[in-house]
Amino acid sequence: MSAPRSPEPEGGRWPGPRELLLFTALVALGAVAGGLPHQRAATPGGTVELLNASYDPTRELYSEVNAAFARDWKQRTGQEVVIRQSHGGSGKQARAVVDGLEADVVTLALGWDVDAIARAGLLPASWQQRLPQRSAPYTSTIVFLVRKGNPKKIHDWPDLVRPDVAVVTPSPKSSGGARWNYLAAWGQAARRGGEAAAREYVRRLYRNVPVLDSGARGATTTFARRGIGDVLLAWENEALLAVEKLGPDRLEVVVPPVSILAEPPVALVDAVVDARGTRPVAQAYLEFLYSEEGQRIAARNHFRPRSEAAARLQPLPALERFTVDEAFGGWRNAQATHFADGGTFDQIYAPGGGRT
Amino acid sequence: MDPRPGGGAVKVTGAVREQLPVAGPASVRPPPGDGAGGGARAPGAAGEAVGAPAERSSRPRRPATEDPAWIRRGLTALALGFLALFVGLPVAAVLSEAFSKGAALYLAALREPEALAAIRLTLLTAGIAVPLNAAFGLAAAWSVTRFRYRGKDLLLSLIDLPFGVSPVIAGMVIVLLFGARGLLGPWLVAHGCRIVFAIPGVVLATVFVTFPFVARELIPFLEAQGTEEEEAALTLGASGWQIFTRVTLPNVRWSLLYGLVLCNARAMGEFGAVSVVSGHVRGLTDTIPLHVEILYDEYDFAAAFAVASLLLLLAVLTLAAKQLLEWRAGGRGAPHGSRS
Amino acid sequence: MSATRRGVLPGFGLSTGLTVFWLGLVVLLPLSTLGLQTARLGPAQLWQVIASPRAVASYRLSLGASLGAAAINAVFGFLVAWVLVRYRFPGKALVDALVDLPFALPTAVSGIALTAVYSPHGWVGRFLEPLGIRVAFTPLGVLVALTFTGLPFVIRSVEPVLADLEPDVEEAAALLGATRRQVFRRVLFPAVLPATLTGFSLAFARALGEYGSVVFISGNMPFRTEVAPLLVMTRLEQFDYAGATALASVMLGASLLLLFAVNRLQRWTRARAGAP
Repeated sequence: MSAPRSPEPEGGRWPGPRELLLFTALVALGAVAGGLPHQRAATPGGTVELLNASYDPTRELYSEVNAAFARDWKQRTGQEVVIRQSHGGSGKQARAVVDGLEADVVTLALGWDVDAIARAGLLPASWQQRLPQRSAPYTSTIVFLVRKGNPKKIHDWPDLVRPDVAVVTPSPKSSGGARWNYLAAWGQAARRGGEAAAREYVRRLYRNVPVLDSGARGATTTFARRGIGDVLLAWENEALLAVEKLGPDRLEVVVPPVSILAEPPVALVDAVVDARGTRPVAQAYLEFLYSEEGQRIAARNHFRPRSEAAARLQPLPALERFTVDEAFGGWRNAQATHFADGGTFDQIYAPGGGRT
Repeated sequence: MDPRPGGGAVKVTGAVREQLPVAGPASVRPPPGDGAGGGARAPGAAGEAVGAPAERSSRPRRPATEDPAWIRRGLTALALGFLALFVGLPVAAVLSEAFSKGAALYLAALREPEALAAIRLTLLTAGIAVPLNAAFGLAAAWSVTRFRYRGKDLLLSLIDLPFGVSPVIAGMVIVLLFGARGLLGPWLVAHGCRIVFAIPGVVLATVFVTFPFVARELIPFLEAQGTEEEEAALTLGASGWQIFTRVTLPNVRWSLLYGLVLCNARAMGEFGAVSVVSGHVRGLTDTIPLHVEILYDEYDFAAAFAVASLLLLLAVLTLAAKQLLEWRAGGRGAPHGSRS
Repeated sequence: MSATRRGVLPGFGLSTGLTVFWLGLVVLLPLSTLGLQTARLGPAQLWQVIASPRAVASYRLSLGASLGAAAINAVFGFLVAWVLVRYRFPGKALVDALVDLPFALPTAVSGIALTAVYSPHGWVGRFLEPLGIRVAFTPLGVLVALTFTGLPFVIRSVEPVLADLEPDVEEAAALLGATRRQVFRRVLFPAVLPATLTGFSLAFARALGEYGSVVFISGNMPFRTEVAPLLVMTRLEQFDYAGATALASVMLGASLLLLFAVNRLQRWTRARAGAP
């Protein structure tokens, strides 16, 4: 320090501690003052608030649904409803709800994640029977996103395991959408040639994967923006959205002749709605998804609605779709066989192919 | 290392030194063009010139306290190159992306209600976490550097521990402790106190992650400084509090300031831990980093980087405040000011 | 004063008490849940989780890349601190501000930005690609990300100590006929070594746990570019808390061990340097 060299006496221009204290206090005060009004104001009479914990690709869908439902509910009951959204990986969201995130409804990527919430006792195990169509108001499937003009001529699943094709898909260990990708690949191969062929097919498929992102949107970015890979495996709604947002001139969607029927489920979280007294409005919210208006919104957002009238609005190519129940005997089995520790996915990467 | 005399002794050393030939080499040190960069920081230069010329002729070799110009330039270029490659380019990438759709959209992204809510929450979080950790850091640094006791190495390592804990794990343990199925969670919920997936959880995660910053800045400094000044004050009859506020605090102010700046930067930028405990409720428990992620995942890249650049701006503002204090201090004790 | 005394200054009880209390409340209490969760696994299961070849491969990458990044940061961090303290050049204040930005940027943003710069089509990546150097989606990318996140540690640890060094000692050494190199080796280097070591260990510990920025640039390929924190995350996604905490405990143990070793080493160097 040069203090001793200064000709000035100690304690001159900079009192040190006091100013430091002032600095800290000012920063703290400013921050706290700025932050406080942010605390949720007590809900004024007549307004009800819902929290919908959802997975990543539904952001656009639910911001539209929420506005439409609020209008509808206001018309029917005169009550204002504000729906808050929380988005994240499907498994992560389920875990958050189990750990105390007060979501009135969950709208997740796969039934397995809602089952996890049921196992924690927050909703009954029979949740899937409480709403029509196995609690899935809209469906989707897994398709291919390729570069414009389809330079690698990718049309069907066998094209993906050609040695000259690089496939981008997230890790099924961390992404719900990636599990649909995996099961779609496995299921179609099993239909063609049985269990052994399926095992060989996915092994070769993942040999062609240069980057395993942790989430579905990350994988889309890797493919579309970083220019990695020739084909991206994705939800149909995600692929169409990516084309729309990231460049119709650079990307196009290829729908294979066979794929999986993805049924993203919705459910009421009983423990939360009963504690908060929001059951009627939460129930109405989920039922709204099945209404003609809700179905039209789903169609507009590239999901496949259950209603045929809504489906005609924005026709999507026909393809044969098999269900998880048909091909894998339900999510519980699929999870245990394929994604649990030492499952078929781990075996692909295990050295020597066998051990964990 | 030089035992620094405190209080009245300062003038004496200063005066003595001016008369000693020791000041000689210093005079050769700052080449004319060299002092241009920061006038505020060259306090010693003028005073040291006393009695120099005679000294120079008597010493044919280059003074050993100064580097030749080519080394100086070379090292500066190397350091700047390193910084440019690892920090400058990524930061430039963020900024170029942020402004890729023009300044109007940039501002629009910041004026969105959800962005504003995220900014408020981030400021609140930092405003609570930084002072708490500053108080802790001072106590810890005092304890560790001023006393001898068993287990000090262990204590030091435990203070560093939050650096070694993956932020994701930091978030996870808070959920495991305060979550609905956690150790304390059920009891807290029964008493109407919500921590995880609410603002307290965000604050707690931030405090955890930024825990060691201030202490870590202060400890090496106090260690290097030694205890002579404080002991002198003690023999003069000063109380513990007086020693602390009049001797220690003025001495450590620059380290403390560094610690605060770093702690603040990290508190505002923390992503992993907060992401686990926040619940991502838009407009309620989203901080700036989480809001960036949301925007990025919505393919709204320009807005995402615009909000991210806000964090850069906040960091630069804190640093500007630091610079201002240094400048006001007129180089007295300013960390960069003592040498050229 | 007798050698058994803790020290002559007051405030031992207050400062140490406060330190231990706050440490316990904020850090140790939450971390204790790691042990509790891990204890739910039997020894055999535990071993299976923490010693699986994939986990071991990820430790190797995490440890190696963290050490590498910390070493790079120690060398260049010292250099940057030296330049910032000792030399003057235009735009120094700006450069000074640049140093802290790796902390201020959310890790995810750093990851995205680094990927944008170093991916095969990025600003730097496109020039490296023809040379056969791939950074993004390789272990090299992990190293780059970890270097970035740990960068401020060494600089900010060394800077105040370097700035605070009294010129007298250097001058005295010079007067006694020491060359510049000798002054550096015998006077400057020992004085700033403890701070450099501190910075090194902090950068290392931080790198070991880094997740947010790495996932974007590493490519996450099992056995090749998968870091240990990602494995923890993966287990967490599958509701496997015990497995996640088991892996987390291993990493925590590793970083604690290293921090402890460095703190000891530091004390030793200080004793040897004959500091107060």
